[in-house]
Amino acid sequence: MKHDNIERNVGILIILTMLAISAGGLVEIVPLFFIKETVEKVEGVHPYSPLEIRGRDIYIREGCYLCHSQMIRPFRDEALRYGHYSLAAESKYDHPFQWGSKRTGPDLARVGGKYSNDWHTQHLTAPRSLVPQSVMPNYPWLVKTDLDYSDIQGRMKALRATGVPYSISQAEFDKNVKEFGADVAKNLHIPDAEKNLLAQAQAGNYDTNPDKLTETDALVAYLQLLGTMVDFKKYDDDYFGKFR
Amino acid sequence: MSQDNKKVTPQTTGHVWDDDLEELDNPLPRWWIWGFYITFAFAIVYWLFYPAWPVGSTYTKGVAGLNNVTYVATKVDGSQETKTTHWNMRSKLMVEMNQLKAEQKQYFDKVASKSFEEVAKDPELMQFVNSAGKTLFATNCAPCHQAGGQGKVKFSPNLTDDHWQYGGAYENIQTTIIAGRNGMMPSFKAILNDEELTQVSNYVLSLSGEPHNADAAKLGDAIFHGDKAGCYACHGVDAKGNPAIGSANLTDKIWLWPDVLGAKTPEAKLTEVKTLIYDGMNKGVMPLWSTRLQPEQIKLLTVYVHDSLGGGK
Repeated sequence: MKHDNIERNVGILIILTMLAISAGGLVEIVPLFFIKETVEKVEGVHPYSPLEIRGRDIYIREGCYLCHSQMIRPFRDEALRYGHYSLAAESKYDHPFQWGSKRTGPDLARVGGKYSNDWHTQHLTAPRSLVPQSVMPNYPWLVKTDLDYSDIQGRMKALRATGVPYSISQAEFDKNVKEFGADVAKNLHIPDAEKNLLAQAQAGNYDTNPDKLTETDALVAYLQLLGTMVDFKKYDDDYFGKFR
Repeated sequence: MSQDNKKVTPQTTGHVWDDDLEELDNPLPRWWIWGFYITFAFAIVYWLFYPAWPVGSTYTKGVAGLNNVTYVATKVDGSQETKTTHWNMRSKLMVEMNQLKAEQKQYFDKVASKSFEEVAKDPELMQFVNSAGKTLFATNCAPCHQAGGQGKVKFSPNLTDDHWQYGGAYENIQTTIIAGRNGMMPSFKAILNDEELTQVSNYVLSLSGEPHNADAAKLGDAIFHGDKAGCYACHGVDAKGNPAIGSANLTDKIWLWPDVLGAKTPEAKLTEVKTLIYDGMNKGVMPLWSTRLQPEQIKLLTVYVHDSLGGGK
């Protein structure tokens, strides 16, 4: 094909340009879908409960990801500060994932269980009251705003469309019981979403105010789960190296 | 331009616009071309040393033995094994962590084998405790207990004074760090009416010499030691608290949950105490650290809190 023809034919130019610029991405990304070791074999990873989904959506709505990554890299300094490096398997139900390479605040991939619910509630409202050197903005409305969960089933169905195994039929529910255990599977059943959401918020009391269901309840429920699904004590400390 | 000086006849692509507008097609500089070829050679060498090309469901891992990583792995059962693999970041991290452990081993071994008191008496070892403890404290403890361990009223206890909610012996502090704590006080709003709340609050204030109404305090004394409210069951008949369950000593000047010292007027002090008894408190939660820190790190941190922060008993 002559240079002249490509330049004078916009359609061909567009197609060839797209092929040229996507070559790098295709070569780097597509093989990962076929390589067996990409997602590690590990127990414990499961999809989010309805309350945690709402919390995650608030996390994304407030732009937490602009300052906080959720990806601990396999470096000594990160291992010492944050804990075990993140696994691909740990974000396999994340759509979109929260990896990142830019941190203004600390990485949050293993923040679950590190602080009390009360700490999170106060810290979200006024970060500098607990961490004087923090540059995080205040989010005082989270603890005042009632949690809207009217569309929770729709949110779960959207995630289901991306391949997350939320169940609708009894057969799907039974399959989840087999894969994740009864306690987790219960929370993945879409028809019971509202009931499960309320039950978890009541039992967890994440915003330390038992009388009110706020956005803080959902966000803290999500934060307290981060990085806690895999029990690394069950694996040799080099076990995950064999997947690379 | 240099080309003008050398009088080279420029080559063109043959495109001509507007009669005399031509597109030049000069050869690229030789140094650039060679640089380009060198990147090809570099890539081939790279493929020999590092994981590179996807092949079906796996990928090339470099030529075996050319760029291996050797490290010591610790298995679930605690045994160790030396392993060698192809180059990858996760195994490189194992090497780095092996080095770190080797550097600190002589100190951590001493911390693990000696008693708390022996560690605290060893000035050389305490240098290590201080520097490692400072880092561990800043990462894990300071968000609640603040940078110097001074704590925060209505949030976290002060670790630098000589008062210990759950006991200040080494073993108590170690238990607290390992398993966490779950401090709470029930609400008395269904048990005591407003008058009784005022009376018992006055009694509580009287215990540490805060301004109070003596008549009300006398009636409050009876409520405190009576079976309806049963305050004495947790706080003790002498109101000095019980470290076994973390109930507060009400006779000293240390206040964690009601901000009595911060309240300026006697009315405000009374309100602080009354509100706490009315609402109760379920916020005294310290997370557990046994899942995050190694036993020897927890032991080191215990000595740091007990001796370096200066409040241990």
